[in-house]
Amino acid sequence: MPDVAASPIVRMTYRDASRAGIREALLRDPRVFLMGEDVGRYGGAYAVSKGLLAEFGPERIRDTPLSESAFVGAGIGAALGGMRPIVEVMTVNFSLLALDQIVNNAATIRHMSGGQFSVPLVIRMVTGAGRQLAAQHAHSLEGWYAHIPGLRIVAPATLEDVRGMLWTALEDPDPVLIFEHQGLYNMEGDLAANAGPVDIDRAAVRRRGDDVTVVTYGGSLFKSLQAAEMAMAEGISAEVIDLRTLRPLDMETVVASVRRTHRVVVADEGWRSGSLSAEITTRLVEQAFYDLDAPVARVCTEEVPIPYPKHLEDAAVPQPATIRAAIQRVVAAGAR
Amino acid sequence: MSEPAVVDPQHGRHLLAEMLRIRRFEERCAELYSAGHIRGFLHLYIGEEAVAVGAMQALTPDDAIVATYREHGHALARGIPATALMAEMFGKQEGCSRGRGGSMHVFDAATRFYGGNAIVGGGLPVAVGLALADRMSNRPRVTACFFGDGAVAEGEFHESLNLAALWRLPVLFLCENNLYAMGTRIERALAETDIVMKARSYRIPADVVDGMDVLAVEDAARRAVAAVRRGDGPMFLELQTYRFRAHSMFDAELYRDKAEVEQWKQRDPIAIFAARLTREAGLTAGEYQEIDAHALREVQEAVAFAEAGTWEPVDELTTDVYTPRMEEVRHA
Amino acid sequence: MSDFRMPSLGADMEAGTLIRWLKQPGDEVKRGDIVAEVDTDKGAIEIEVFEDGVIEELVVQPGEKVPVGRTLARIRTAGIVPAPAPPREAPQVTGSAAAGVPAGAPAPPAPSRAGAPPPTRVAASPAARRRATELGVDLRRITGTGPDGAITLADVEGAAAVAAAPAPAPDRQQAMRRAIAAAMAKSKREIPHAYVTTTIDMFRATAWLRAENQRRSVEDRLLPAAMLLKAVAGAVSDVPEVNGYWVEDRLQASPRVHIGTAIVLRGGGLISPALHDVDQRDLGAVMRGLSDLVARARSGALRGSELTDGTITVTNLGDQGVDGVLGIIYPPQVALVGFGRIVERPWIEEGRIEARPVLHASLSFDHRAVDGHRAGLFLAAVERRLQAPEAL
Repeated sequence: MPDVAASPIVRMTYRDASRAGIREALLRDPRVFLMGEDVGRYGGAYAVSKGLLAEFGPERIRDTPLSESAFVGAGIGAALGGMRPIVEVMTVNFSLLALDQIVNNAATIRHMSGGQFSVPLVIRMVTGAGRQLAAQHAHSLEGWYAHIPGLRIVAPATLEDVRGMLWTALEDPDPVLIFEHQGLYNMEGDLAANAGPVDIDRAAVRRRGDDVTVVTYGGSLFKSLQAAEMAMAEGISAEVIDLRTLRPLDMETVVASVRRTHRVVVADEGWRSGSLSAEITTRLVEQAFYDLDAPVARVCTEEVPIPYPKHLEDAAVPQPATIRAAIQRVVAAGAR
Repeated sequence: MSEPAVVDPQHGRHLLAEMLRIRRFEERCAELYSAGHIRGFLHLYIGEEAVAVGAMQALTPDDAIVATYREHGHALARGIPATALMAEMFGKQEGCSRGRGGSMHVFDAATRFYGGNAIVGGGLPVAVGLALADRMSNRPRVTACFFGDGAVAEGEFHESLNLAALWRLPVLFLCENNLYAMGTRIERALAETDIVMKARSYRIPADVVDGMDVLAVEDAARRAVAAVRRGDGPMFLELQTYRFRAHSMFDAELYRDKAEVEQWKQRDPIAIFAARLTREAGLTAGEYQEIDAHALREVQEAVAFAEAGTWEPVDELTTDVYTPRMEEVRHA
Repeated sequence: MSDFRMPSLGADMEAGTLIRWLKQPGDEVKRGDIVAEVDTDKGAIEIEVFEDGVIEELVVQPGEKVPVGRTLARIRTAGIVPAPAPPREAPQVTGSAAAGVPAGAPAPPAPSRAGAPPPTRVAASPAARRRATELGVDLRRITGTGPDGAITLADVEGAAAVAAAPAPAPDRQQAMRRAIAAAMAKSKREIPHAYVTTTIDMFRATAWLRAENQRRSVEDRLLPAAMLLKAVAGAVSDVPEVNGYWVEDRLQASPRVHIGTAIVLRGGGLISPALHDVDQRDLGAVMRGLSDLVARARSGALRGSELTDGTITVTNLGDQGVDGVLGIIYPPQVALVGFGRIVERPWIEEGRIEARPVLHASLSFDHRAVDGHRAGLFLAAVERRLQAPEAL
């Protein structure tokens, strides 16, 4: 681990941090390359890879045609062939065009080949709502992917994670899908100039609290932290857990928190039905039933395709106010 | 297409032996399937042996193979032992994929055999990626990608041909046109049935080859592989062939005439080539029987190996979903 | 209109403290519904209503201690409902407003909660339940403050803290001891006790029980206590005057056989709730009823009627290792059957001395109501039934 204390602190955005992670990976390992739609000349649909083409050239910053299945599959083949590809899919909605390759090949080849071939592939994609991109660019389908054995699913919500998870993912011998929430790209923060790799196994407690545990990840993390602040004004002490990795789930951290707080709110930008939030809730029922002092509350996206108008989009997805309301609901007045 | 003027007697006998190995292996598979020893889907290659055997002659051990779910012929011709292949068909852990894949998912690291892909068209992008890795690593390798006429209708076919051509990747696309995508005849599936036109539209050089003639296949494959290895970018061969058996074991063949099947059987690649060897390279009936007996013995040994094979313990069910990490391996 | 009064839950009960109402004004009640919890010297008891009707008014508030017989609530009884109940059918809908609704479609269920069945299970969070078990706190005695009135962890811990306070517990013990003392003194003072005893050969009964238990699943196994209760209930049909009350200077024999079963409480004290209609139940049902009664007596979850309905009492001190017991009658009952332990003793059968399992049985009887001759016949009837265990 780098000596963070000795390194200068740099102000940067989540976008910058993501780019820094890619750049470090390219510098560190000649087998690493970035491939995807408009990652090169255009600089990335979300400007994450801006400037990398000039530095690393078109062999390693590869613009692809609009052929999600072919270039994701090519990433699988290149990984089988010894490379460490980073494939960027512009949004999670577009990844559905590559679902065959992700689910039928990347996730299965190791098991189906009796352990002979691993697929050390990293796929980055953008997820989430909040910029009025409507129903084909703003969904949160990471929960779907978290259903699939053979994949590892991570959702960095902080600068440190978006920068540091990539290298750890590239070192993982199996396919890792990284979900970057589009609402986070402009988020600014301080990061050590030499911030390095971080683990992709454990959830993180982002805020300590005693009365209720808010389990969340990605774009809903900062909304949950805001909600926790709002609840503090009412005397409720909320703990906020950032899952970080959606498969495998670090239930140990979640359960340890629930054993103290006895109340849970799950805030997930995915839809409620058949969802990651349902999975977390079920595991709490399985693993922490006798620690629960109130029904688990979920704050999820309304069961609609994401609408275009701002007011409807805002109403559709979890917000600090709706998360706070759920916190209040489970911490009923008389129960404290 | 010009036939080579002379058949090399030694090599000719090798090609015949390879095709007979596949034929006898698969005939036995059909029998074992009917007896319940092989389960799942079983797709036989009988009638198409000249394609795999001819094409494999052009490849070196460093090259990679991506095949379909009708891949026993490719696996045997590539050098996967019949024993490991038959054990795989049985689902035994001595199988080449530890029995996890079965008939449709043959994998073998030693021979760089990357499946055994049972999604029609699903292997093409992977082949493109294997070639991309070679290209980026400056390795003079070729990835041979087999698929059927059915895959031509898939988006992945077009995406992959385009990408391979765009990036001039070392892929040899081998389209085994047996006229039927399962039960759908090519005219009922493709608006343009001249498949090589599609490849050429992506600026990939493409030839039509008689897939029932092992020497013609070998000759075309050698020329194509040489071009790919030279760095000319991808090449495409349409190998016109026919499967003599049904699509899978459970298929009433309602979609094609028995007369048509009989007509194609007149062009049996093994019989035709054996006749030619007799004619031009002095193959005797005794020699043929010896080659055939050798193939039958190999199959018999494979069956015995598979029968003696063991079942993977159920407590290993979830192994190899993920790769054990170094620290886990160290602490294991 | 009728009054729902503080019931007399025992001869020794003079007053009770209302803990909480389980029904509110406007709620429908049916005969047998539990409507309130009352704290008595013998513990918290759920009290039931004996009429159908609607709660009109709650007269007494939780926390109030009122004497037996005082009105707790007023109930509008079913017979004199002021207005006819509205028809169940939905009004006929006509015209375009009914578009899409086929004629005769059932009306949607009424949103009112009034028709909801009475709560049969305490609403408590899983964490509260676990903590209550750990602390030995009875959830039925806690008022929930969580969502929908559910009992939360904090409620349980609060209740446990109150219970753990040093003063009340000895009080309760002392109160119960005083109540038992009063009842026993009254009994010995007023009832002319007489006794008959006998020793019963239990060879057949115990052999049959062993065989029967082999046949039954573990959770359905029978204890000798259940056989004894059945034998007593059967003997009552031969000698009915031991089963009933001495009131107003005469015997009122009871047509039903509710056997009061003396149960020792953990931490001291004694309670004798009744197992109803023992003569009507088969042996398995008696066993289940007995287990349930013991469990509920020890958790303080008895119904009021169970404390007052006994028509005869059985006390079984076999577990304590005594040979026999001559008990004191529980007024206003007129008889009490005492059993000691089943123990091997020398027994002479057709001139041979054998080791046999035997049981000492006694009958304490109120000589005002029952003669010694009839008392002897009763014990003989008990013995006869234990010699034919398969018929119990």
